[in-house]
Amino acid sequence: MNNSVVNTGRLLGAGLRALLVLTLLTGVVYPLAVTGVAQALFTNKANGSEIKADGKVVGSSLIGQQGYSLDYFQPRPANGLGVNSVNTQYRLILSGATNRSADNPELIKWVREAKAKVVKDNSTADYKVEPAQVPADAVTSSGSGLDPNISPQYADIQVHRVAEKNGLPVAEVRKLVDEHTEGRTLGFIGEPRVNVLELNIALRELTKGS
Amino acid sequence: MGPVLAGVLQLLALIAALALAYAPLGNHMAKVYSSDRHWRVEKWIYKGIGADPDTEMRWTAYLRGVLAFSVVGVLFLYALQRLQGVLPGSLGFSAIDPDQAFNTAVSFVTNTNWQSYYGEQAMGHVVQTAGLAVQNFVSAAVGIAVAVALVRGFARSRTGELGNFWADLVRGVVRILVPLAAVAAVVLVACGAIQNFSGIHEVGQFTGGSQQWNGGAVASQEAIKEIGTNGGGYFNANSAHPFENPTPFSNLFEIFLILVIPFALTRTFGLMVGSVKQGYAILATMATIWVGFVALMMWTEFAHHGPAFDIAGGAYEGKEVRFGVGSSAIFATSTTLTSTGAVDSFHSSFTGLGGGITMLGMMLGEIAPGGTGSGLYGMLIMAIIAVFIAGLMVGRTPEYLGKKIGTREIKLAACYILVTPALVLIFTAFAMALPTPANSMTNSGAHGFSEILYAYTSASNNNGSAFAGLNADTQWFNSTLGLCMLLGRFVPMVFVLALAGSLAEQKPVPATAGTLRTEKPLFTGLLVGAILIITGLTYFPALALGPLAEGLAS
Repeated sequence: MNNSVVNTGRLLGAGLRALLVLTLLTGVVYPLAVTGVAQALFTNKANGSEIKADGKVVGSSLIGQQGYSLDYFQPRPANGLGVNSVNTQYRLILSGATNRSADNPELIKWVREAKAKVVKDNSTADYKVEPAQVPADAVTSSGSGLDPNISPQYADIQVHRVAEKNGLPVAEVRKLVDEHTEGRTLGFIGEPRVNVLELNIALRELTKGS
Repeated sequence: MGPVLAGVLQLLALIAALALAYAPLGNHMAKVYSSDRHWRVEKWIYKGIGADPDTEMRWTAYLRGVLAFSVVGVLFLYALQRLQGVLPGSLGFSAIDPDQAFNTAVSFVTNTNWQSYYGEQAMGHVVQTAGLAVQNFVSAAVGIAVAVALVRGFARSRTGELGNFWADLVRGVVRILVPLAAVAAVVLVACGAIQNFSGIHEVGQFTGGSQQWNGGAVASQEAIKEIGTNGGGYFNANSAHPFENPTPFSNLFEIFLILVIPFALTRTFGLMVGSVKQGYAILATMATIWVGFVALMMWTEFAHHGPAFDIAGGAYEGKEVRFGVGSSAIFATSTTLTSTGAVDSFHSSFTGLGGGITMLGMMLGEIAPGGTGSGLYGMLIMAIIAVFIAGLMVGRTPEYLGKKIGTREIKLAACYILVTPALVLIFTAFAMALPTPANSMTNSGAHGFSEILYAYTSASNNNGSAFAGLNADTQWFNSTLGLCMLLGRFVPMVFVLALAGSLAEQKPVPATAGTLRTEKPLFTGLLVGAILIITGLTYFPALALGPLAEGLAS
């Protein structure tokens, strides 16, 4: 038997044992310990920040949803979102972006159409949305396709339409948006935002009450 | 307050946080790699390995340890993915195909974390938590170990001994990475990152119907993914996914985690070579490039040139509202100037110049501040090149940290800096010349070329981020990118360790009036210049065909 083969074998054995021991530490003990602490201290958050309306879970406050009717506030486009193509026994949301570049004809078309739609949908009999009023987030897809938020500007131009569709005073809907507008953390971290799902849940409460 | 000012304030807050952590963490790491005491848990681990942590290794033995550990890592992770179909606790997910399993195994062992798979649909709990996340820890620890070996090469004299690989590996995991990750993971959960082992979750929707997502140990993996500059997302959207990165604060915190070890290692380096000022000079070089790149990135993203962005009124495609343009720009720059490759916004949809900045960051060799460990050794190689250039100007044998940079040393350093450009340019050329690889492009023209150039740059430099329009799950890309990752990680390591061995054998040269003062700002300036010029000369033609052409057209 060649000496170097024996040595190599011995070394690979040490490597394997090192990997197994460190797997036990970093792949078993560590995640379980963190899970224990997380579940004990932040049960709701650790399990996906689920949110209820009328006693039923209607989603996660962190995960944006699509498909709201025009009675409700609209989220950002999500052209990069997909469904799973493997393990199709499930119907999993596949997060993702469009990855289209600024000069991509398809993206230019999407943005142009989204802008026209936002202007058209949100213009009511006594309120006209100008194209210049439409903020960038209203016509672009987010990185995850699951952005739970829209900018306060986008919420603002939807107020008249939502008020009209629901037979509510504009001022009342605007107040609702203001209550659901979150500023920058500590005044400078991130951007101001409105959580669409939470806002729409509150809107439904309001329309039911009136 | 406008978004630009908010972006600048976030940058300043980040710099302040990094400055606060610099000395304590740098000191701690220096102690970790200099101490001769073993913790009890470490002794158990050494017993498990069957290694004596006090045996000093020459560079060849150290390298054999690195390679053996990594080979086993690739095989183990490959087997885990191939067996996923029969592994319990895997949500019933099927096995990964051979080419993708090879690519992924190599990707995580080399600290690249390139992902040709979609995390949420392909990888079950066991592969994610006991496979991928484990490599997030150990590949980072291997990187730091190699960097520490090089630093010992400078610090030691008349010996070929560089320390013990097993001890450095285990200490890096036990004393640095696990404690930091545990704290960071809990902070991330407090922000809203998920951490559970539940199966597929079916949740009702507001508009009726339901949506399904998988749970998982996301926060614990997210923490080490950033701290270890790995970057492999639990979910396909990576750190843009709200379950990985839920709030504006978690976003800034994750950028902090990416940068904290690579910057603090310059302090560790300074302490170990006996002059913290030498560490400051390296730190200043890294910080200058990083701040410069962040400023450029913010400028181009806020200016948002490009047809689609002109219509939209901002570069918000692929960016999340809660982060905004400012902190997305900081994240993108930090992830590509380190070997991280995590993304909170999608680089393919950045402006033409913004995409170019992310690529250039990787092309610099990811040294500002670079990956955990790999950033420091990459930067020290450039420092050797810089003193060599300075030595040529005045016509004397260059020295660095009391060691002569002779023929053997400069050859090894030169070989180091040739490896990744050769991989990037040769493989990109082949991919463009062959008929089928180009079918994977989503965009056409200059941006399509950028997708492929980005992929090979990212793989060869062990970054892992992507112009994700490229459909990289083909046999060609899985195999060639896997090869780039392997060669781009381990061939440079061979040169680094050989160099460390050769430096450690020398006797120190006393500093004289003619010695280049490498702790002074003049040297920092020289080093920044050398890095930019060498990288620029290497990659300019390729960059001109891709991002520059795109950026100038809009």
